[in-house]
Amino acid sequence: MTAFVIRRLLQSIIVMLAVSLVAFLVFRYVGDPVDSMVGQDTRLADREAMRDRLGLNDPFYIQFATFVGNAVQGNFGISYRLQEPVTRLIMERLPATIELAFASATIALVFGLFFGVYTALKPKSPLTSVVMTLSLAGVSLPTFLIGIGLIYIFAVELGWLPSFGRGTTVMVGGWRTGLLTESGLRSLILPAITLSLFQLTLIMRLVRAEMLEVLRADYIRFAKARGLSNRAINFGHALKNTLVPVITITGLQLGSVIAFAIVTETVFQWPGVGSLFIQSVQVVDVPVMAAYLMFIAFVFVVINLIVDILYYTVDPRLRVGTGKR
Amino acid sequence: MQPVLSVKNLTVQFPTRRGILTAVDNISFDIMPGEVLGMVGESGAGKSMTGSAVIGLIDPPGRISSGEILLQGERIDNLSPDQMRRYRGKRIGMVFQDPLTSLNPLYTVAEQLIETIRTHMPLSEADARKRAIKLLDDVGIPAADRRIDDYPHQFSGGMRQRVVIALALCADPALVIADEPTTALDVSVQAQIIDVMKNMCAEYGAAIMLITHDMGVIAETADRVAVMYAGRIAEIGPVRDVITDAKHPYTAGLMGSIPTLATNSDRLTQIPGSMPRLSAIPKGCAFNPRCPHAFDRCFVERPEPIVSGTRRVACWLHAPEEQAA
Amino acid sequence: MAAGDGKPILPPEPPGRLYRAWDSDIFYSYRRSPVTIIASIVVVIIVGAALLAPWIAPYNPFNPASLNLMDGFTPPFSESRMGNYYLLGTDNQGRDVFSTILYGSRISLFVGFSATLFAMALGISLGLIAGYQGGTTDAIIMRVTDIQLSFPAILIALLIFGIARGIIPPSQQESMAVYVLIVAIGLANWAQFARTVRGATMVERQKDYVSAARIMGVHPILILARHVLPNVMGPVLVIATIGLALAIIEEATLSFLGVGVPPTQPSLGTLIRIGQQYLFSGEWWILFFPAFTLILLALSVNLLGDWLRDALNPRLR
Repeated sequence: MTAFVIRRLLQSIIVMLAVSLVAFLVFRYVGDPVDSMVGQDTRLADREAMRDRLGLNDPFYIQFATFVGNAVQGNFGISYRLQEPVTRLIMERLPATIELAFASATIALVFGLFFGVYTALKPKSPLTSVVMTLSLAGVSLPTFLIGIGLIYIFAVELGWLPSFGRGTTVMVGGWRTGLLTESGLRSLILPAITLSLFQLTLIMRLVRAEMLEVLRADYIRFAKARGLSNRAINFGHALKNTLVPVITITGLQLGSVIAFAIVTETVFQWPGVGSLFIQSVQVVDVPVMAAYLMFIAFVFVVINLIVDILYYTVDPRLRVGTGKR
Repeated sequence: MQPVLSVKNLTVQFPTRRGILTAVDNISFDIMPGEVLGMVGESGAGKSMTGSAVIGLIDPPGRISSGEILLQGERIDNLSPDQMRRYRGKRIGMVFQDPLTSLNPLYTVAEQLIETIRTHMPLSEADARKRAIKLLDDVGIPAADRRIDDYPHQFSGGMRQRVVIALALCADPALVIADEPTTALDVSVQAQIIDVMKNMCAEYGAAIMLITHDMGVIAETADRVAVMYAGRIAEIGPVRDVITDAKHPYTAGLMGSIPTLATNSDRLTQIPGSMPRLSAIPKGCAFNPRCPHAFDRCFVERPEPIVSGTRRVACWLHAPEEQAA
Repeated sequence: MAAGDGKPILPPEPPGRLYRAWDSDIFYSYRRSPVTIIASIVVVIIVGAALLAPWIAPYNPFNPASLNLMDGFTPPFSESRMGNYYLLGTDNQGRDVFSTILYGSRISLFVGFSATLFAMALGISLGLIAGYQGGTTDAIIMRVTDIQLSFPAILIALLIFGIARGIIPPSQQESMAVYVLIVAIGLANWAQFARTVRGATMVERQKDYVSAARIMGVHPILILARHVLPNVMGPVLVIATIGLALAIIEEATLSFLGVGVPPTQPSLGTLIRIGQQYLFSGEWWILFFPAFTLILLALSVNLLGDWLRDALNPRLR
């Protein structure tokens, strides 16, 4: 187990280094950092002095090492647009994104699993055809249109829920949360649903496909031949085997919720990391772009690690080194 | 004596978009207590389908369209799914072809055995475990009390098939259906598995319906043999009689294709052509395009099994009126 | 057939090639699925209308001379203040919504098709190389594919877009925008192709006829093109169809986020972005009709892809 985790950790570090190389290349070579810091009329000599001071004339590998060193300490430089440290900008907006992502991941997971299992076990039921048709609409509807539609119905026409922002928030130990006030919770509903729908459909279709595959497996036929009850076959055998591949992909899907939040945050003017990133792309605010890339990569690596460990505990074929497959 | 299994005029059909396919066509046979009946034939001859029909596991859209199946005198082909489920594993056990895929990889052998035993017998967890260990011991798994907590992937193919046999015998069934039990195994362990199966069934008092395409396995194991061709029984009778003096031209051809030390020929005889597809079974006798002895009547009228000595043969050559002529 | 003529019933004579195609399982499932027929008709109509936009659009929304600001915000199915008739109304600048949708679909479809073709070419090539070469090449390509697949396409497209914006001089950004979009979306979607093609190539490579061809000195590229490609066309077609729907949605999303095509050359996504600003003030048609077109297009293409997958892979039905 320990050896497995250590190997995975090493792989994660390599992935992070690769991503930071990309981030560094973006940071260093997209536009001229000096141009973005000084005015047009700065003299050439001053510019050169500044390049020296910023280390831009150092050899490539030293610059990269400095970049990684700073990144590890959480230092990504100053935003061109807002003239504030990037790390502080991201940390300020992180709670909003995490609360949104967590809420919609929960919705997607619970309903995705339920409907996936239901539609696989009852392929002929009318509810199944309704759910399958809706799920196709779910992948065909762009997230931003779902958001606009929900705003139009529930905020504009019915006036039940707010159409933008986080509502009232409170500070709890450095974490600005909207989960403790009624207006914060009401503000969360529409964005969370919008963000969850796409993942929900994916998880549902994946669970359904895997479950149908497993239900055709020999060991399910053998389980039937042994006279086990439908309940034992469907939930004891089929569902457990379905979950093994589902865990991996679902885990990664949930990770992408954070990245998908870009669109939802823009539609609902949600003050999170995603909307910060969009604004930065529009004006080519390179330090923020590089930092966001690193942040997303970090989230993925952590989720990957958790998924691997989970996988390891569920599937005995990985756990026990002996025996052959 | 009452037969364990009595199949009367069984027909299994599959509706397809190009018409109804008849996979098993009006067959009848009995299996007596403790008897081993071999079912032999090419793939697609309907032998596996007959096994599936007996245990009530025909995949939709296939269905039993006519005939009766009696288990110890009780009709079982018209039971409700839930009643039939209680008989599977309890009164009829089944062994599948591939031991690598018959066992659920996520559960230990103990879990799968105990689950099956407790489904059919009112035993406590501890008693079921004792019975499971005894079963494993009987099928020849060394150190059964220790190995029982291993996962399927920790066993070799032959050992896994022993576990499958133990699972089939969990609840003292009267009949075990073995569908190609040795086909997926190494040649070196095939004979062992056949021995284990035969001895176990003798010990636990179960009759065997042994489905295989391997005439050699039948010759060693079975008491009687049924030769299937294109969904029908061509010939059925005691193994020794059928092997030494085949009456149906198809059986004769099959026997000609087994190498023996006694016959001193250079080449094995083979039957010209191949079995017709289910959608293109010729009129009259299904074997007529390939039969060296076919005459007018074979192309017009379908031969029903005719009693001839110790056997029944579906061939016009053996009809009393033809022999008189 | 007369009874008793002693011959087995033979299948009927093989009919012509066209008839056989029509009678094949794929067309059988097509004829049996009204939803698929409707979806394909919708796709044909939208693509046809987009192609013919310059000839069938009642107005040219990109010609400033023909625009009439006084006609802005005309509701659909009615005459404007200036006495012009606009089928689906006009937007804030007095552009005919019906015409902007025709031209917008043109851009959306152009970007969608080009990006999918780009992704397909890249993915198939990398997949073939990885599957055929194996070893380190394979490991590296598949590792990149894995990483690529675990990041959402929209994020990758956004990053590429941002980088391109930093590299391309501002004066050329507007004219290059469409091509930047194509590259960004294409680079975000190639991994699925690569993975599928690589798997199929690995399987084919093991087969005897490929080894035989190799021993006879047939060039690997020829082997791949002649023997391997035909075997993966089915799945590739499915991925391409679903990929097209994805690319259209991604283009719309990027344009909606304001990082896509410039407002002077609006795609469906840009039109929705413009329309959203007027949704709350009651001018619903500026948003509704482009959004409806986009949904109809994406849904129809997805339905076609779904049907194709089921028809080519009956086991999953």
